[in-house]
Amino acid sequence: MSETYIARSTNIAARMLAGEMMVMNSVDSTFFTLNEVATAIWQAADGRTPLREIVNRDICERFDIDPEQAQADAQEFVADLSQHGILLVSDHPLNVPSGTEAR
Amino acid sequence: MSLLLEMNQKAFEMGVPLSVHLDVTYRCNERCVHCYLDHDDHGEMTTGEIKGVLDQLAEAGVFFLTFSGGEVFLRRDFFELLEHARRLQFNVKIKTNAVMIREAEARRLRDLGVDTIQVSVYSHRAEVHDTITKLPGSFERTMHAVRFLRAQNLKVTIANVLMTWNRHDSDRLQQMARELGAHYTLDPTITPMMNGDTSVLALRIPGEELPEVFHNPALVPNMEEFCAPPKPVTDDDLEGYSCSAGHSFCYISPYGDVYPCVQFPLSSGNVRRQKFADIWNHSPELKEVRSIQAKDLTVCSSCRHVSSCTRCPGLAYMEGGMRGPSTADCEKSYYRTGIPTANMLRNGGKLASMLLVQIQPLAVPA
Repeated sequence: MSETYIARSTNIAARMLAGEMMVMNSVDSTFFTLNEVATAIWQAADGRTPLREIVNRDICERFDIDPEQAQADAQEFVADLSQHGILLVSDHPLNVPSGTEAR
Repeated sequence: MSLLLEMNQKAFEMGVPLSVHLDVTYRCNERCVHCYLDHDDHGEMTTGEIKGVLDQLAEAGVFFLTFSGGEVFLRRDFFELLEHARRLQFNVKIKTNAVMIREAEARRLRDLGVDTIQVSVYSHRAEVHDTITKLPGSFERTMHAVRFLRAQNLKVTIANVLMTWNRHDSDRLQQMARELGAHYTLDPTITPMMNGDTSVLALRIPGEELPEVFHNPALVPNMEEFCAPPKPVTDDDLEGYSCSAGHSFCYISPYGDVYPCVQFPLSSGNVRRQKFADIWNHSPELKEVRSIQAKDLTVCSSCRHVSSCTRCPGLAYMEGGMRGPSTADCEKSYYRTGIPTANMLRNGGKLASMLLVQIQPLAVPA
C-alpha cells in the first residue's frame, strides 16, 4: 500500500483561537476552523511524515480513537482540505519551505 | 452569522488581538494633499525589531496583519519582513500606492501568499490623481501595477478617499475597478495632520453632499437598511461597545508605539520598551478603552442613533474625549437617515464644529 504525505499549502494563513485552528486560503478567502483532532494532523503535516504514522503517533492514543476508524477519518479530512487548496497531498514526500511554522 | 464573524466575536469577547495594523514607515514617495502623516523618519524600527514584534504578535494570537505606511515599499527590507510574516502564517494585507510594484514584485507577492493588496487611487483621471498625490506620472504607474497584480490573480482593492477635489469621479473610478477585476472602497473620512494642522479638513466634502454618497446603491449595497431610521434603543444596545479598537484590534507605528487604532491617538505603550503582550494585557489606556459601553457615553447614550451609529471612539478622543461624540459620525448618521442626533439637538439642531488633535510621533532611539 502506498503512503500518503501531506504538507500545509504556502497560500495559507493559520492561527489558534480558543483551542480551534483558524485556517484561511489567500487565493479564494476560504475560511475554516479545525477541531482538536484535525489541528493535530494539520500541525504534523510536514511533508515528510506519512499520514499513517501521524495518525498512529498523534491521534489514536491521544484522542483514544480506534486506529482503523482514525485512518479512514484522516483520509477523508485530508481529501477535503486538499480540495480547498489547504493541504498538499502526494504519494511521495513533499518539499516544504523551511521555517513555516504552525502555531 | 458567518464562521469568520463568529471567530471575530470570540476574539472580541476573549480580548485576543485578532487583527493588527502595522505601519512600517511614514516615509512616502507621494505627498497626497489629504494625508495626515509627517513623512520624516523619526527613528523607524529596524528589521530585527519588526521581526521580533511579528514573533510576539503571532504568539499573542494575531491572525490578520495589515502592513501599511507611508509607502511600505520604500523600506528596502520590506520583502524580508513580508517573508517573515508569512512564515509565521499571518493573513497579510498590504496597503500601498503601488508606484514601486512591477511584474517581478507582483509575482513575489503572489508567491508569498499575500491575501489582498489595497491600492490608493483617487480618480479615473490621471491629472486629478496626480494633482492629489503631487507625484507626476503616479496614476499611470499605479494603474500598471494594478494590472500586474491582477495578472498574478492577486486580490486588489482600489481605495479612494472622497474629497472636494475628486467628488465627482467616484462612479467612473468604481467602473474602472470593476473592469480590472478589483474591489472598490470609498471613504469620506479626512483627519487632521499629525502636527496638528487642521487645514486639511477643508478637503472634506460638505455634509450636505453626503446623502448622495449614502443613497448610492452602487456604493452601498445594503442602502435601504443603511439609510433606514434607527431602531428603538434596547438594553443590549446600551451594553454594547463602539468597535474592535483595543478589544481585538490595535495599531503599531513605525516607532513601536501601540494605539487602540490607526485613528485613535491614545498612546498605550511601546514595543521597544515593553513586550507586546504586556501592553495588550496590562496597559491602563487599553483597559479604559475596553471598559466603555454605549451607556457610558456622555451625549450618545441618549441618542436615537445609538444602535446603528458608526461612532468612532478615536475621532471622539481627538475631538475631546473618548466618551464624547464624534461629530463626523453624527454628521454621517444625520445625512444617512435625515434624523438629527443628540449631539445636534444639544447644539440647537446644528452640527458643532470640531477641533481634532492627531497622533504626535514619538522619536524613540532604536
